[in-house]
Amino acid sequence: MIESTPILQVKSLSKSFPGVKALAGVDLSVWTGEVHALMGENGAGKSTLIKLITGVYRRDQGEIIYNGEKVNFSSPREAQEKGISTVYQEVNLIPTLSVAENIFIGRFPPEGVKINWKSIKKSAEDSLKKLDLCLDVTQPLSSFPIAIQQMIAIARAVDFQAKVLILDEPTSSLDAKEVNLLFSIIRKLRDDGLGIIFVTHFLEQVYEISDKITVLRNGLLVGEFETQSLPRLELVAKMMGKDLEEFENTEKKLDSAVQVNGNRKNGKSFIQIRGFGKKGMIYPFDLEINKGEVLGLAGLLGSGRSEMAKLLFGIERADKGKIYIDKKAVSGSSPKFSIKKGMGFCPEDRKTSGIIEDLTVRENIMLAVQTRQGLFRKIAKKKQDEIVAQYIKALNISTPSPEQKIKNLSGGNQQKVIVARWLASQPRLLILDEPTRGIDVGAKAEIQKLILKLSREGMSILFISSELSEILRCSTRIAVLRDKVKVAEMMNQDIDESAIMQAIAEEDNGN
Amino acid sequence: MAIKDLTRDLTKRIASSHIKWSLIIFFVILLFNFIFTPNFFHIEIKNGRFYGSIIDVFNRAAPVMLAAIGMTLVIATGGIDISVGSVMAISGSIAAVLIAKMDVPFWMVLCLPLVFSALLGAWNGLLVSYIGIQPIIATLILLVAGRGIAQLVTDGQIIVFEHPPFEFIAGGSLFGLHFPIIISFGVFLIILFLFKFTALGLFVESVGGNSEASKYCGINAGRIKLVVYIVSALCAGIAGLIAASNIKAADPNTSGDGLELNAILAVVIGGTSLNGGKYFLVGSVIGALIMQSLTTTILTMGVPVQVTLVVNAIVVLVVCLIQSKNFRDILAGIFKLDFRGLLRRMPLKGGNK
Repeated sequence: MIESTPILQVKSLSKSFPGVKALAGVDLSVWTGEVHALMGENGAGKSTLIKLITGVYRRDQGEIIYNGEKVNFSSPREAQEKGISTVYQEVNLIPTLSVAENIFIGRFPPEGVKINWKSIKKSAEDSLKKLDLCLDVTQPLSSFPIAIQQMIAIARAVDFQAKVLILDEPTSSLDAKEVNLLFSIIRKLRDDGLGIIFVTHFLEQVYEISDKITVLRNGLLVGEFETQSLPRLELVAKMMGKDLEEFENTEKKLDSAVQVNGNRKNGKSFIQIRGFGKKGMIYPFDLEINKGEVLGLAGLLGSGRSEMAKLLFGIERADKGKIYIDKKAVSGSSPKFSIKKGMGFCPEDRKTSGIIEDLTVRENIMLAVQTRQGLFRKIAKKKQDEIVAQYIKALNISTPSPEQKIKNLSGGNQQKVIVARWLASQPRLLILDEPTRGIDVGAKAEIQKLILKLSREGMSILFISSELSEILRCSTRIAVLRDKVKVAEMMNQDIDESAIMQAIAEEDNGN
Repeated sequence: MAIKDLTRDLTKRIASSHIKWSLIIFFVILLFNFIFTPNFFHIEIKNGRFYGSIIDVFNRAAPVMLAAIGMTLVIATGGIDISVGSVMAISGSIAAVLIAKMDVPFWMVLCLPLVFSALLGAWNGLLVSYIGIQPIIATLILLVAGRGIAQLVTDGQIIVFEHPPFEFIAGGSLFGLHFPIIISFGVFLIILFLFKFTALGLFVESVGGNSEASKYCGINAGRIKLVVYIVSALCAGIAGLIAASNIKAADPNTSGDGLELNAILAVVIGGTSLNGGKYFLVGSVIGALIMQSLTTTILTMGVPVQVTLVVNAIVVLVVCLIQSKNFRDILAGIFKLDFRGLLRRMPLKGGNK
């Protein structure tokens, strides 16, 4: 069968949410028998696009042509029945039901009132066999590892006579072996003639499995490319929105601040991390942060930046490696322990792991100081007011009063409160994970200035950001992560944005 | 002048706080009694002790008030403790057996039931915070098993005893007040100050408000939960001693029956959200008083016994509806009432003129 049109064609699709243009005029063409990677950084519009295709959202403009006709799905269920199935990163099946039940839930073959369990078991086994999987389908889903659950979800998806399969970050919680297994299944399905849309952040995997790549950025289409003819570096540049030539032509400009920072490169070491890692989170890494140094952490989303920070701070327990603070080995790993040792951590997701909505600005600021002090040595109200007033002033937090609930503040001000929380605990090492994301330009500049000021005062800072320019502006040294591995470390003076991007994109070169 | 400022400050704080609705409801119930129940506010002194319906409300509210105080903290962490009734029965039973069957010093009669209650609370806390069982299920286990434990303790019988020092707990008085009133308000003050003058209160609210973010702040959520379940069981244990002392017997089957529901209701009426986070101990105490004053009112009004519960339920429903902002908005929409304005004009804020 020779086909002249794609199985799924999206034409100038647009979608707005209140105040945000999530997607503007995006095209996408998926052919049968191809794996089409969909790439882009946070907020690029990948998930919006998928949700528009599968009918979770209604589009504002544009059209979707599937199998030769215009379609307008009103629900993911309808899309699935027509042959567009989606498997999400979090397996959204029911863990307590058996594998067979999960494959057939919602569409038990009608046979009067009674369900014919035997035939269901048989067909479940059959559909798994198509993926070369032999499992006991009567076992509950939860008794299998995530990778297998993922494949069961795929089996279910394919079972709907799917013509298009959308895989939304299916590999983010799998290890290398499991990824290989999944890929062999994806290849098999591709050879069977499915059109597969593959959303991922892992460059390695994109080049391993995909035939074409569509890149989105800030809701706009950057372009569609043949995987073979798109160098990695160019892909990274396209995702991050930098023009390659522009890089090569720009003279390297050294920020005065960076020079100041660079002069302190020989400062005393505060923390040394040796062979720290955790299976499924991040491969073992070494890291050293000096006193008064800003260490930038660059890498794509999902490259292991936040995981590194979480491990370091004790949110997750490392299964390998050692930490030395002031040259002394420390044992223990919990946030409380880290706080006692002089660390602070502003997490990436302000809403779920930063602010405590119903508490006041004062209470939110005082939390870390108070845990450092201990449960029974409550800081007197008067002292609290002094500390809070000091940081509201220092960070220019705009709030009607310290007793205002934090949920009533703007995003930027909430972020500043969280920063204030950690500054008030007077840490020696402050970990900032995307501190400037989603806040306005003014607040962003203030936070960047603050980082430089703090480091000048002797504080060590681990600064994670997706914005290379920001990392370059603030850091003394830069460590680069790719696919959960620390791949490079460089002094700021020697490099520019393109050097970092090369490190992000390059294949393994023995570090 | 200073006093005027103080009262103005206080009224301002009440008007803007969560407990205003429970306070208003309590006053409405009292007002109703003032008008319709003769002698409701009549207080007389007999044997150096105050007597009267209003005193009776405070006295009888003690067990629910105690349970509600513990429950408030548990609910603030986002949990719930439905085992308090059973713990109350166990505590009373142990005390009764110690008095009736064993020859132990009086301090042990007081301490052993409470120690055992605390252990039960620790059990609840462990199940919730370290094993990860949902609070309602974890405490349901003890709700069911607890009655059994109480029956085991008493060998399935109702144990009757005579023991004047122990009877003092429910029957005695101090400063002219019934001793249960002293106990319940004593416990209230101790808890209030314990959680205010240490960081416990802040940590409880933080864990209940956002457990994930609390973790990032170095708060050990498991330990905080353990503490509140122990406090809750201890409060229930004290209530058990009062109940046993009151009837001079331990009844493993009926003691504390339904206490958990009344306590939860008192907490909710007091303005603490079942979602966890901010808590209002004062509100819970008022909530318990509202429930008891309601019961007392219905009884003294001579409402037939068989409709008591229905009347009780209706009033509680009204109370909960008034607390609901959605309902008030709907009501305001229908009657074009301006509740906010109404509240602003209330004499509560008279100092502003």
